[in-house]
Amino acid sequence: MIGASSIRKEGRAKVLGTAIYTDDKFMPGALHGLTVRSEVPRGILRAIHFGEGIPWEEFTCVTAEDIPGTNLVASVVDDQPFLIGIGEEITHSQQAVLLLAHPDKFLVEKARRAVRLEIEELPAVLDIQSSLDLQPLIYGTNNLLKEIRIAKGDPDPIWAQAAHVIEGEYRTGAQEQMYIEPNAMLSVVEPRDGLLQVTVWGSLQCPYYVHGALRQLFGLPEKQVRVVAMEMGGAFGGKEDYPSVNGGHAALLAWKSGKPVRLIYDREEDLACTTKRHPSRTRLRTAFDAEGNLLALEADFILDGGAYATLSPVVLSRGAVHAASVYRCPHVRIHARAVATNTPPPGAFRGFGAPQSLFAMERHMDVCARKLGLDAVELRRKNFLHMGDTMATGQVIREDLDLAGLMDQALAAIGYRDKRAAFALTNPGDGPIKRGVGFSVFMHGCGFTGNGESHVASVAGVEGLADGTVAVLAASTEMGQGKNTVFAQIVAEALQLPVELVDTAPVDTDHVPNSGPTVASRSTMMVGRILEDAAIGFKLALVQQGFLVEPYTPESFQAAVVKAVATLGTLRCYGQYHRPPNIQWDDVTYQGDAYPTYSWACYAAEVAVDLDTFEVKVADFVAVQEVGRVVNPTLAAGQIEGGVAQGIGWGLWEEVTMQRGRMINNQMTNYIIPTSVDLPRIQVVFLENAHAGGPGGAKGIGELPMDGPAPAVVNALENALGALRLDEVPMTPDRLLERCEEVSHG
Amino acid sequence: MAECIDLNLKVNGTEYRASVHPFARLLDVLREDLRLTGTKEGCGEGECGACTVLLNGRVVNSCLVPAVQAQGAEVVTVEGLAEGENLSSLQAAFLTHNGAQCGFCTPGMLLSATDLINRCPNPSDDEIRDGLAGNLCRCTGYAKILDAVHSAAEREAAR
Ligand code: FES
Ligand code: FES
Repeated sequence: MIGASSIRKEGRAKVLGTAIYTDDKFMPGALHGLTVRSEVPRGILRAIHFGEGIPWEEFTCVTAEDIPGTNLVASVVDDQPFLIGIGEEITHSQQAVLLLAHPDKFLVEKARRAVRLEIEELPAVLDIQSSLDLQPLIYGTNNLLKEIRIAKGDPDPIWAQAAHVIEGEYRTGAQEQMYIEPNAMLSVVEPRDGLLQVTVWGSLQCPYYVHGALRQLFGLPEKQVRVVAMEMGGAFGGKEDYPSVNGGHAALLAWKSGKPVRLIYDREEDLACTTKRHPSRTRLRTAFDAEGNLLALEADFILDGGAYATLSPVVLSRGAVHAASVYRCPHVRIHARAVATNTPPPGAFRGFGAPQSLFAMERHMDVCARKLGLDAVELRRKNFLHMGDTMATGQVIREDLDLAGLMDQALAAIGYRDKRAAFALTNPGDGPIKRGVGFSVFMHGCGFTGNGESHVASVAGVEGLADGTVAVLAASTEMGQGKNTVFAQIVAEALQLPVELVDTAPVDTDHVPNSGPTVASRSTMMVGRILEDAAIGFKLALVQQGFLVEPYTPESFQAAVVKAVATLGTLRCYGQYHRPPNIQWDDVTYQGDAYPTYSWACYAAEVAVDLDTFEVKVADFVAVQEVGRVVNPTLAAGQIEGGVAQGIGWGLWEEVTMQRGRMINNQMTNYIIPTSVDLPRIQVVFLENAHAGGPGGAKGIGELPMDGPAPAVVNALENALGALRLDEVPMTPDRLLERCEEVSHG
Repeated sequence: MAECIDLNLKVNGTEYRASVHPFARLLDVLREDLRLTGTKEGCGEGECGACTVLLNGRVVNSCLVPAVQAQGAEVVTVEGLAEGENLSSLQAAFLTHNGAQCGFCTPGMLLSATDLINRCPNPSDDEIRDGLAGNLCRCTGYAKILDAVHSAAEREAAR
């Protein structure tokens, strides 16, 4: 149960090839859908021309005029249209204008190429600086999608008094989630009992997000919309908000054609048009006393939010709260802005804003150590947060936090001191290979930022089935992270049953309650906790109704459930999120407990740089983290290893190349993710420290491993190569060469 | 619609006949005509390996093989690895070692790994990495896949 490495629930179907992903679902008579997009970053749509040689009468065509409800995608901010109409403004190069469907998938592709869009082009904003300069104004009154200020104390008087003031600017690039299964949706819209019924099956993280989007798109009540999550081939945030868009598109085609519609993106389309990690620019200013104690911190944190606000306000929020990282500082000012540009809107990606601001701070700490003439380890040790300290939002650390112990353990595991000493001797030699070791210390807030959990008020439950087994009722989705297994373990533990007697009900909005989106490292800790309550309520109900007598064996429990179901029919018990009484948050001042708790970590990396090619090899990697109690060690280690791989990819190789607001390397051949030969074995260490808030003491785990690798690897590069302007990720060979040349050319 | 072509092929030991689109790829025939949907499409350009199958005993990306080239061929897909209810050693090892997370790369990985163990019964970490370099996985960071292949190879050797 909790703490055991139970086998993945849906694992057998996955290794047999029988697990049904969206595109695997058989739908006789289905049409193939396609999306026609703008291709220019900004302009006014004047006309849509349907070219010659295509039997257009056989096609289903949907434009903005056809939309029955509201032409806005429901999100944190509802500002993105599903389709742009004639006379309306196109705001990015992948804007959907027309939807097509036909039974022949080869013909529908040919038809897409026969459509010509007449667009009156307008000047576009393509980067952060032009947006800040209002060159030109493209969004609201100031090009800002969201602005947040966090203040603690007053840094202003400190700058003049401090022994040292150190400034730095850091940048991070967009990153593609690159789930191996591209976005995919199926839809059927048909009348049932005289009412229109919209159904979507898809590869999606958040069934109730898509449900809400479809209701708004069609103007329908809850009961007439149904969303089913199919087996999902990876997501990482990439299927958090985007499925509201393509789910809506599939449903529009199904509605207009009266036939089932498949809308399966190919890789090029998926890369070009779906959400990515927000590019960022962070300016930091820090003041230290003569001993290296941090006195003041100012962060100017900017995200490129693309053409619409969508999720950017909440991504910005998490990034802003993480900007001061794991350090105690009396005077902090954080100014965070998400700016509009004429690029496809970025969205959620594992880490959700935190990797960007943490990269800046963890690089900056190494730069400060160098400038102060202090050891990077000792500078951090001096400034770590401890129990009783106050974070930038005023949140008081209430747990027994030992970051120094965490750091020392990671450094010992990688052999930090010995390697530093050895490389100091070998690196000055003539050979082209230079080695370095570096690390980062960081945290990740568990669950939604601020009042997010209270707003969602998640519900989850358990159901007794006719065969005496128990089903978990939650809208949380399985994307490979192990939700099916971990939920079953939590419920089995609460009911004192073997895990084999508990499984997950299909994630179908007709059947499961809204346990909130599957995001923010919240499923195990937040939904798991609700399930624990629901399971205990379920057992109590069985006892009170006289079906079950305690103590019981699994067999007698199963017999009790069989009997109860036979007697009462449906047997369900639900639980709901309740805000713990000691957690307070103010959305306006950004003061209070930004998260109920944090997971903490130190990651260390060893790199080898080849100065002939500027290729970087990660030779060793250690990931030490404190994530509360680990529910399933094997699945948890898999999360860390996979997250570290993505973090290393972001740090070194994964570059989204944009031209005129369009991704031009939108193929797997030229957007490089790590292969099996590119990564070392990752040493994963869990330090357990039971957190009372989660089930059995668990905290969040999924996003944490994305935060630490990029700064650890780049800090290691500085150790290998000396003081270069290593201020940006990905630090590709081209960029590294450029940075080395800056030094040699003075 | 374009004129279809007749295709005969043997998949996982069973003879199939299908009338397929002239531009169809082996991947389309498997998934759409034979409804063997275990084989996945991740890129359609020979980069991800999700569509890996054995064609006349050789590892291929089925998204790059025109269906006509599979005329009369023998194909093995993920559906052909287990014997009835019994998982192959590799399938069992992927299950116990968490080698499949989202599972989308898994069918292709299993076929490349099957081929690897056939060629190289006791592979080192580096040999496994090389053998699977054409199969991208975004979930695992590959560690648990390496563990799974080692353990399957050991189990096969012990037989
Ligand atoms: S789908 Fe064939 S290699 Fe990616
Ligand atoms: S398990 Fe998800 S891509 Fe490999």
